[in-house]
Amino acid sequence: MKRTILRTAMAASVAALASLPLSVGASAQDTIKVGILHSLSGTMAISETTLKDVMLMLIEEQNKKGGLLGKKLEAVVVDPASNWPLFAEKARELISKEKVASVFGCWTSVSRKSVLPVFKELNSILFYPVQYEGEESERNVFYTGAAPNQQAIPAVDYLMKEEEVKRWVLAGTDYVYPRTTNKILEAYLKAKGVKAEDIMINYTPFGHSDWQTIVADIKKFGSAGKKTAVVSTINGDANVPFYKELGNQGIAAKDIPVVAFSVGEEELAGIDTKPLVGHLAAWNYFQSIKDPNNDAFIAKWKAFTNNPKRVSNDPMEAHVIGFNMWVKAVEKVKSTDPDKVIDALPGIEAANLTGGTSKMLPNHHITKPVFIGEIKADGQFDVVWKTDGLVAGDAWSKELEGSKDLVADWVDKKCGNFNTKTNKCGS
Amino acid sequence: MRVLKSAAAVVLGAVLLLAASFAAVAQGLEAALAKFTSDSYTETDAAIADIAASGHPRATALIEALQDGRLYVSEDKRVLWRDHAGQLLEAATGNAVDLGAAGTVKPVRINNRIRRSIEAALGGLTLLSAAPAKRFEAAQAVFKSKDAKALPALETALQRETDAGIKRALAEARAAVVLNTPDAKDSDKIAAVAIIRARGDQDARALLAGLAADQSESVRRAVADAVAAIDDRLAAWSVAQNLWYGLSLGSVLLLAAIGLAITFGVMGVINMAHGEMVMLGAYTTFLVQDVIRGTVPGLFDYSLAIAIPLAFMVAALVGIAIERGVIRFLYGRPLETLLATWGISLILQQSVRTGFGPTNREVGAPHFMSGAFELGGLTVTWNRLWIIVFAGIIFVLLLAALRFTTLGLHMRAVTQNRRMSSAMAIATGRIDALTFALGSGIAGLAGVALSQIDNVSPNLGQSYIIDSFLVVVFGGVGNLWGTLVGALSLGVANKFLEPYAGAVLGKILLLVIVILFIQKRPRGLFALKGRAVEA
Repeated sequence: MKRTILRTAMAASVAALASLPLSVGASAQDTIKVGILHSLSGTMAISETTLKDVMLMLIEEQNKKGGLLGKKLEAVVVDPASNWPLFAEKARELISKEKVASVFGCWTSVSRKSVLPVFKELNSILFYPVQYEGEESERNVFYTGAAPNQQAIPAVDYLMKEEEVKRWVLAGTDYVYPRTTNKILEAYLKAKGVKAEDIMINYTPFGHSDWQTIVADIKKFGSAGKKTAVVSTINGDANVPFYKELGNQGIAAKDIPVVAFSVGEEELAGIDTKPLVGHLAAWNYFQSIKDPNNDAFIAKWKAFTNNPKRVSNDPMEAHVIGFNMWVKAVEKVKSTDPDKVIDALPGIEAANLTGGTSKMLPNHHITKPVFIGEIKADGQFDVVWKTDGLVAGDAWSKELEGSKDLVADWVDKKCGNFNTKTNKCGS
Repeated sequence: MRVLKSAAAVVLGAVLLLAASFAAVAQGLEAALAKFTSDSYTETDAAIADIAASGHPRATALIEALQDGRLYVSEDKRVLWRDHAGQLLEAATGNAVDLGAAGTVKPVRINNRIRRSIEAALGGLTLLSAAPAKRFEAAQAVFKSKDAKALPALETALQRETDAGIKRALAEARAAVVLNTPDAKDSDKIAAVAIIRARGDQDARALLAGLAADQSESVRRAVADAVAAIDDRLAAWSVAQNLWYGLSLGSVLLLAAIGLAITFGVMGVINMAHGEMVMLGAYTTFLVQDVIRGTVPGLFDYSLAIAIPLAFMVAALVGIAIERGVIRFLYGRPLETLLATWGISLILQQSVRTGFGPTNREVGAPHFMSGAFELGGLTVTWNRLWIIVFAGIIFVLLLAALRFTTLGLHMRAVTQNRRMSSAMAIATGRIDALTFALGSGIAGLAGVALSQIDNVSPNLGQSYIIDSFLVVVFGGVGNLWGTLVGALSLGVANKFLEPYAGAVLGKILLLVIVILFIQKRPRGLFALKGRAVEA
């Protein structure tokens, strides 16, 4: 079991070190190439390497089923090395040199923003699988992760209703996703009658590791006699020391619960979760959800990675949905031509892994169920709440002044930011 | 005769009554247990309250089982629980159950609301427990739940209690209940406020600040006074707290930087791969724990002690390899050294990523390093305390090694005047390698400590390399005392700035301060003097 991990990891790192595109699969001329643009080295490798593996698995599986349009699929893996400008270069390489039919990739918003001009200029397709801050809809991008109304807002609703939270700490890493999400949440909370003095907003640098002061501040903020909760948009590596400090200072979930938007099964794999039992996370997918689709996926994933302990998480599901939608759209128009596929994608439906059917919307976001899970002692989540049905993703937040009149509609209006007040495209 | 008859009737009646009441208790328990089978949080919540009120002898055990996830519902909707011995029992009757007959069982699910109910219920039930620790916990639980139903039990417990600490906790719990009883007398409430005020911590403040608004004038005034007094006390303690946090951050900086103080400070090598030595130390700790978990779990509490020498050796050996393989060809060419060691750091990172995977690895905390204790108004976490101690020990040992050992003497000689040392028959090449190994090995030790508070991932070292250079340059290159003072003062300054400026701005301010300081004193806090400096 160890040897195969080593082998896959080695294959990945050979690709990374050589910094050359690595083609996996059939070598015949007549293949459809699929680009995979995820960091395999650097800071973000921790999250993105898994997504590359999922894509390789999905492509292998599709080839076993006979490929697409009678051709085999061929994965082209590049490593943008957590370096934002390199994302744009690698995207250009994938599209113009490798001539890929579509690209699955990016994690951080800044990497997405960096590749946007390339995808627009060269007219290709990007499937973006990660929950993000919204306020964007591009013709060439399909957002299969959650928009704020599919994750942050339902989570706050849950805390208000079930935990009767009156005081809010919005803690995040200092970059665009937490800042925008917190702006939306602050507006939402104030609209719900929460006073400004009952909201504490705190930002920390990337990779922040000394949480003593902030955790003590949270404790102090929570001693005002009203039920307090922490809404965490803390990203990446900073989470582990944050949760360790919470556990050590004895902030239990039953006193001050923390609901996180960037902590999933993969992130918990590096922490002793026993002191964290009861803290929450909001996602559109949890590994622990019982569903035949999910069970089958997890079994395949464990077999593919040859690791019975391997966990699955939300962005992985987003790639599964995105890939299946792309396959259906290509089959529908019998072509991989970007213009045809982009026009065909809205309205395409694909089963998600939690028992529903997600649909691509005209604003290039998808419908998703929202789950709130509590951390269990084994590092998995126990779903304590879910939305009744599927929630449609909003490209533009209804809570913010600048964006509440905007809608994205690439089917009728052919516009990503149509202003409903002025009836004009372009805010 | 008649008397006897009536007595017998009374006894009979009493027995009947007792049996009936016992049957009622058992029935109440059964009705309560049935609610667990519906898999709804609201029903589970109700079941806890019912079981606690039933007065059944198994009530405490059953609620504890629920808390620990040992309460199950079988396929045929029977409620079962597993006792501490691991035996599966039927909850209603207490009889042992064969798992084979019961089929598969599902644990009763709990969420935060249920956890609070459990804590409140157990608090009420275990106030009179024989174990002092349990009584203390129960008092704390009632303090939080403010459950008026626990008041009679509290009064009894208060009368019986002999332990002063538990008695105080009980009195505080009673005060919390009284304050949250709307029809309590004002004089009682004011007495209760005084008790809570004496407790004086954040929980006490939260309790007073969260009281209902419809209090009489005198009670309201007492509460406002008490909150102000507690705030004053906490504000005074927050200075001590910042100082403590600063010391703790300083000790982490010291650990990360002290190895660099040898390689960069003493040898003058700009070693960008220093952070990766820290990372290797952390991964060694992970491997040690992994082996211990797999073979002798009993040794887990000693895992760090085992990891310390191993981490030192691993990092030192890699250090020797780097020095002999690369750096020795680059002495006197700082720019090339910088680029070469930076390349090495990337290679090390990617090899670890390849070998161990890109995700974080879990390094557990030994028992004595988890949790915290209260010191006045200060929360002191054990892991931070031990790291401070560890950093202090390493500093003293290193200082002693440089001053009192032959190797230390040779090191100082070579760094002060290489040619003279060589003329005195010191093998300078060997000393270079050993010095670099010592610096790297100490970085490995830092990795053992940092694995307790940070991620164990391939990126671990990167986050410390800049701070390490900052500390060494600020403290004065080539002086261990400078590194100590530099690390501690940067740590403390950071922690005093952070509450006002925030973490991001605090860090920027600190950098600005250091830059200005270096402008004024280019050689740092403790500049080396004499001819050695110019050499």
